[in-house]
Amino acid sequence: MAAISREEVAHLARLSRLAVTEQELDQFAGQLDVILQSVARIGDVAADDIPPTSHSVPLTNIYRDDVVTPCLTQEEALSGAPDSAEGRFRVPRILDEED
Amino acid sequence: MTTTALPTYEDAIAHYEPVIGLETHVELGTNTKMFCGCPTEFGAEPNTQVCPVCLGLPGALPVANRAAIEATIRIGLALNCDIAPWCRMARKNYFYPDMPKNFQTSQYDEPLCVDGYVDVQIDGETFRVEIERVHLEEDTGKSLHVGGATGRIHGATESLVDYNRAGIPLVEIVTKPVPGLGARAPEVAKAYVTELRDIIRSLDVSDVRMEQGSMRCDVNTSLNRPGDEWGTRTETKNVNSLRSVERAVRSEIIRQAGLLTGGTRIFQETRHFQETTGDTRPGRSKETATDYRYFPEPDLVPIAPDTAWVAELKAALPELPSVKRARLAEEWGISALDMQSVANAGAIELIEETIAAGTSAAGARKWWMGELARRANESGVELAAVGVTPAQVAQLQGLVDEGKLNDKLARQVLEGVVAGEGDPAAVIEARGLGVVSDTGALTAAVDEAIAANPDIAAKIRDGKVAAAGALVGAVMKTTRGQADAKTVRELILARLS
Amino acid sequence: MTDVTRMTAAQVAGLISSGDASAVEVATAHLDRIAAVDERVHAFLHVDRDGALAAARAVDEKRAQGEELGPLAGVPVAVKDVIATRGIPTTAASKILEGWKPPYDATVVERLRAAGTVMLGKTNMDEFAMGSSTEYSAYGPTNNPWDLGRIPGGSGGGSAASLAAYEAPLAIGTDTGGSIRQPGAVTGTVGAKPTYGGTSRYGLIAFSSSLDTPGPCARNVEDAALLHSVIAGHDVRDSTSIPQPVPDVVAAARLGATGDLTGVKLGLVKEFAGEGAEPGVLAAFRESVEALVKLGAEVVEVSCPHFEYALPAYYLIAPSEASSNLARFDGVRYGLRVGDDGNRSLEEVMSLTRDAGFGPEVKRRIILGTYALSSGYYDAYYGQAQKVRTLITRDFTTAFESVDVLISPTTPFVAFPFGSRTSDPYQMYLADLYTIPTNLYGGPAISVPCGLSEGLPVGFQVMAPTMADDRMYRVAAALESAVGTLTPPTLEA
Repeated sequence: MAAISREEVAHLARLSRLAVTEQELDQFAGQLDVILQSVARIGDVAADDIPPTSHSVPLTNIYRDDVVTPCLTQEEALSGAPDSAEGRFRVPRILDEED
Repeated sequence: MTTTALPTYEDAIAHYEPVIGLETHVELGTNTKMFCGCPTEFGAEPNTQVCPVCLGLPGALPVANRAAIEATIRIGLALNCDIAPWCRMARKNYFYPDMPKNFQTSQYDEPLCVDGYVDVQIDGETFRVEIERVHLEEDTGKSLHVGGATGRIHGATESLVDYNRAGIPLVEIVTKPVPGLGARAPEVAKAYVTELRDIIRSLDVSDVRMEQGSMRCDVNTSLNRPGDEWGTRTETKNVNSLRSVERAVRSEIIRQAGLLTGGTRIFQETRHFQETTGDTRPGRSKETATDYRYFPEPDLVPIAPDTAWVAELKAALPELPSVKRARLAEEWGISALDMQSVANAGAIELIEETIAAGTSAAGARKWWMGELARRANESGVELAAVGVTPAQVAQLQGLVDEGKLNDKLARQVLEGVVAGEGDPAAVIEARGLGVVSDTGALTAAVDEAIAANPDIAAKIRDGKVAAAGALVGAVMKTTRGQADAKTVRELILARLS
Repeated sequence: MTDVTRMTAAQVAGLISSGDASAVEVATAHLDRIAAVDERVHAFLHVDRDGALAAARAVDEKRAQGEELGPLAGVPVAVKDVIATRGIPTTAASKILEGWKPPYDATVVERLRAAGTVMLGKTNMDEFAMGSSTEYSAYGPTNNPWDLGRIPGGSGGGSAASLAAYEAPLAIGTDTGGSIRQPGAVTGTVGAKPTYGGTSRYGLIAFSSSLDTPGPCARNVEDAALLHSVIAGHDVRDSTSIPQPVPDVVAAARLGATGDLTGVKLGLVKEFAGEGAEPGVLAAFRESVEALVKLGAEVVEVSCPHFEYALPAYYLIAPSEASSNLARFDGVRYGLRVGDDGNRSLEEVMSLTRDAGFGPEVKRRIILGTYALSSGYYDAYYGQAQKVRTLITRDFTTAFESVDVLISPTTPFVAFPFGSRTSDPYQMYLADLYTIPTNLYGGPAISVPCGLSEGLPVGFQVMAPTMADDRMYRVAAALESAVGTLTPPTLEA
């Protein structure tokens, strides 16, 4: 049985904001299935009572003082922007037409 | 969609029991953002309070602001919460252009503070609102919507994004669902948010201004028939004032009751409160069931507040509003119930400041809880926004105490102050409202009144002092109210003794 | 004068400090070498000739004024293109960042500049460091100087190849699952992954935040240690940076170079010394183990039972974090934007941009990570992988109770021909089989050349406990003293 369906891959691509082509979908569905089948054996490890590790460094409470540091200029901030206007980043309309 | 006739509030409450819940966001007043050293001042030129970190530039990393962690713990303590001995920040993943990283650094199943409560009093009755969690997250940027009507996102052809606000620390305070309030639900909601605001203000960690967005409130409301399970809740956003909290709950109760009675079921949805109409409208319907794919933020290490530090913060909490109210009630010589009305009207600090400006407790309270409360209510604004400062009230009452104004004139002066004509002295000057204190002019008027009312004058001469009132009235009439009644009375008695 | 491009970094630094060569001469020699061979190697995505010469001049001026120079002053260094360099294109070998010039320097780059090193340019890599061959670079692969028809390893193939091609004596890499060590192994160079938190990630374009580690690449162990000591150390801008002094890795490398390992206990990872690796790789590895024994080391076999689950755990954790880290590339604030025709919505434009801007391996991993973090699958995949991470860490700590370091081959195979592992992504993933456990644990590890198999370099891996980076340098330098460094083909036309 496939670990992941083409439809699931399409849904995940949408969630990930990837406008994948039909051809990519076919390709990814097959490849991701192989990968998932291979990594699925991680479930064989008995680890119910094992605490998860999210950070490999045993650090806690790393903070900085509430002191202002220099900012970028507006020009620097916008320097990489594909489009900008009025000192702001310009983006296409946020809502789809049916909204 | 057919329009169902809305029931009255009393009708709705007669048939359904509301359950409310509140999620309040408070922007902390730290000098710098949550994860970088950019300043947080309001109103700067767009994209001038940004750096690689809060712009989400590739490679930039967050470092948590100690002051924000401390402020959150203090809020938790003031709300009677337990402080987590160990917790982590989490990434909340979703795409939105005002989020520079397309994830929000927040907290998920490990909030910093849990299980607290806030007690609120209404008409001498105490209601306990339980706090589920208090957690820390970062604010988003702001979008300017262009091309549509009135700057709304709907119909806009493009948006312009400013990230100055992105990354400002935001504390989210979530209550447990509050059942069993009945008709009181809207008032309790408002009283809770008021109390929360006052508590946070007393901690001096935020300016908690709903109108400016530094305190934002989402209201959850559901209805069920008595004995049934809780109903489906709606979440109302865009509730931008204390008054709106009450109105939003009330209108949502009425709306939901109308639908339920008409046999329509309630959808779990986000609605927007309309300040002008006082009702709620549907928000964006799309993708309500987003999977945020939370996971522990790998770029930030766990927060493990030292117990000694927490104890220190707890010991150093300022006098909280409930304690302060009890103290002030005693100082001002009023009952707890009266004190609660003062609190509910948002008048405590106004009265305190008025007293500090030299007025008696009774005098200050009389103005804020009387004439000014009435005016605020009439024009639908918070008391603090009624257009008069405590210093002006103190000045006004001072003039009354000095006999330069009587009550009637004082109200007229106040009207001028509210209308923006300046301080009381300036209004008096401009409107010519001062009491007639020229004794010569008053004496003439008194003599005139005595001459015109010989019978009454005779009675007074015979010792019937109470009869003086009629002569005072006559004098006031001839001076068109611009005399101080007490002075007039004294003059009459002096003349006829 | 002898060809400075063939010298060690330590020798070059010596020439400059003694005045026998100017930093400008050294930089020019390397820039000329790049101009001569990089068309065939393609180690660089961007060569910053002007910047390099300016930095070299600054070193020469400092020397002329009698100022003290650091141990690597004037030495050229190549930097992997995943690290932000102020005003210099930084693309992570992705189309989505084509032409992006960061307004800031990574901490590692700041430290390189402060040390007076001369940055030559930015090196090629697999897009966003996802891959083991540089075949996933959006700008074409890097060719292995040992055989231009073979991969130079990845993701840091450009950094490793620049060393093997004598274009640079030093390079910076980043290691998430083996991206410094595996390219080192297949190009016959040295690559060290420091302790996670020992080198700052600030300015390193994140692939998998809990694993990414910048580190040094060089042609010999001492040079790697010198570079390590320049870039390592606490950084307040990285919350996961360890606030402790860096172990003296240079002294350790020099100690190891004496060829004495008396009293050092090596743990041979049983699970990584048998099947799965090419016979030639295993043969070279075993010979090296014998050489180490001759130097006085004691070798014991150690079992790390959970290492076999490291690869699956890694391919859940790294893509999950990547799916979140790479969300910011949306065509709003920087980089590519595609399809903004005035009609399409933001979501459409974002989705078109990301589909056009990311290559296939990046997209696969984003989708895989999105899947592993989804609410219905989180516990079975991401959550379980994090528990396995704990077990792998316990395997390491248990092993380090009885041995000083662990040893294994660096990668199961020598440099493979282009195209031989791209059709089945999982076959590519196997290249990192031996390097991944260390990343999950967070400790340091180094790959040092240990011989040839079929005429191609084989790497020897030394893994040490966290913050004991010095130990691996000592053992690696000792091995180097026994087997010598490898000399790649000259590439002369």
